[in-house]
Amino acid sequence: MAENGIAVDYDQPLLVADRLSKTYGRLVACRDVSFALYPGEVLAVVGESGSGKTTLLQLLSAQLAPSAGHVSYRMRDGVRRDLETLGEAERRFLFRTDWGYVHQDPALGLRMAVSAGANVGERLMAVGWNNYGNIRNTASSWLERVEIDIDRIDDAPRTYSGGMRQRLQIARNLVTEPRLVFMDEPTGGLDVSVQARLLDLMRNLVSELNLAAVVVTHDLAVARLLSHRVMVMKGGRVIETGLTDQVLDDPREPYTQLLVSSILPA
Amino acid sequence: MTAMIDINNAEKTFIMHLQGGVQLPVVRGVSFQVKAGECVVLSGPSGVGKSSILKMIFGNYRCDGGRINIRHDGAQIDLAKAEPRQILSIRRATIGYVSQFLRAVPRVATIDVVAEPLIVNAVARPEARERAGQLLRRLNIPERLWALPPSTFSGGEQQRVNIARGFISDLPILLLDEPTASLDAANRAVVVELIGKKKHAGVAMVAIVHDDEIRHLIADRVVDVTSFAAAA
Repeated sequence: MAENGIAVDYDQPLLVADRLSKTYGRLVACRDVSFALYPGEVLAVVGESGSGKTTLLQLLSAQLAPSAGHVSYRMRDGVRRDLETLGEAERRFLFRTDWGYVHQDPALGLRMAVSAGANVGERLMAVGWNNYGNIRNTASSWLERVEIDIDRIDDAPRTYSGGMRQRLQIARNLVTEPRLVFMDEPTGGLDVSVQARLLDLMRNLVSELNLAAVVVTHDLAVARLLSHRVMVMKGGRVIETGLTDQVLDDPREPYTQLLVSSILPA
Repeated sequence: MTAMIDINNAEKTFIMHLQGGVQLPVVRGVSFQVKAGECVVLSGPSGVGKSSILKMIFGNYRCDGGRINIRHDGAQIDLAKAEPRQILSIRRATIGYVSQFLRAVPRVATIDVVAEPLIVNAVARPEARERAGQLLRRLNIPERLWALPPSTFSGGEQQRVNIARGFISDLPILLLDEPTASLDAANRAVVVELIGKKKHAGVAMVAIVHDDEIRHLIADRVVDVTSFAAAA
């Protein structure tokens, strides 16, 4: 199968973690994590603070080097490569184009003092777009897709509300049509009503663009709405994994049962 | 004729770790088959494990022993051992599930909630909406409500939206958990008619219905779940 000249093979994993571990001295942040993520698949990593979720996300996205184990990624030519063996140019390509990274705090993923349009356009310029008109048109159509009023295109995100900032960060990430997006507590710190809108938006974009995603969250409702599969972490280890509704409706491990039973009824 | 669903010795036990590891046996020795075009109704008093069996066939509850063979894409797949990816593919192309309650996604219009199962199977949006509209009309949901999200609807309306969503696709297996529970007589009759059409189209169905009259109208066979009850 070929789509836009990119090899698409749904039976081949996009990202593979193989016995990943990370230790800081005697502290084990992440131990022996293995899984395969397929194109279009959304994996939620759940667990409480300190369970190793964010460390895992950084290992997967090559921001941290593992103490042991490997992460490999299927490049656009269809060949799976160990992230540690990538050259600087290939790594840059992944960060600028083929991957997205949505931070909990939009200020980490945006440039707060430049306009919203420039925030989105910048990712395009980094991959060689140079026609101002095209960049602006594409940026506006993305702002529209994430439900930001076009009148605000020239305003800087520091004048935006929390929910708008997060939607802008998503637009900035998706404009280069990545195949894989990492999200670290994407709805954390937002009002509940704003969360619902953001979740609905992300759910639609993920399915329309057939994105694969790894979403770190401590909110099981986010996992249920967004993910196909769940990994439950505790003390740096994966203690339970499976289909999202299966793990949430029929949890097996004591800790997962505790997490599920701790949800307050609405 | 080959069975669409072939369950053999399936069992399920809940272990409640937060209650000191209490074991709660739900069902054991569950064995029955469902052929294409056949509607099997599960019977037995409430709490006996009917819904659990339905959830096991959908892959929502894990199966602790035995086999749940599903005919999917020309092959038999044992759902009790299937990978999450396989279960998702089975749900997309083979098994539909009409639950008692609609789990509504905020902000999605009713017509799109109903059309979604067709859209994920690559039916064009206008056609999917057209068919969604026909079903909603059939189930007496007034057209002025179609553009609204169903979360504000009454219980009965939500259930009819759920039924429309469950019946719209052409999946070869349908699981029905009390599809007529909160419906009035007119709408119950519509559901009975929809089930009849599905049978005619060769769909294999497993249903839970408490209403005797409905059961007589739809059941080709009744499987008494009491014999599978695992509780001592």
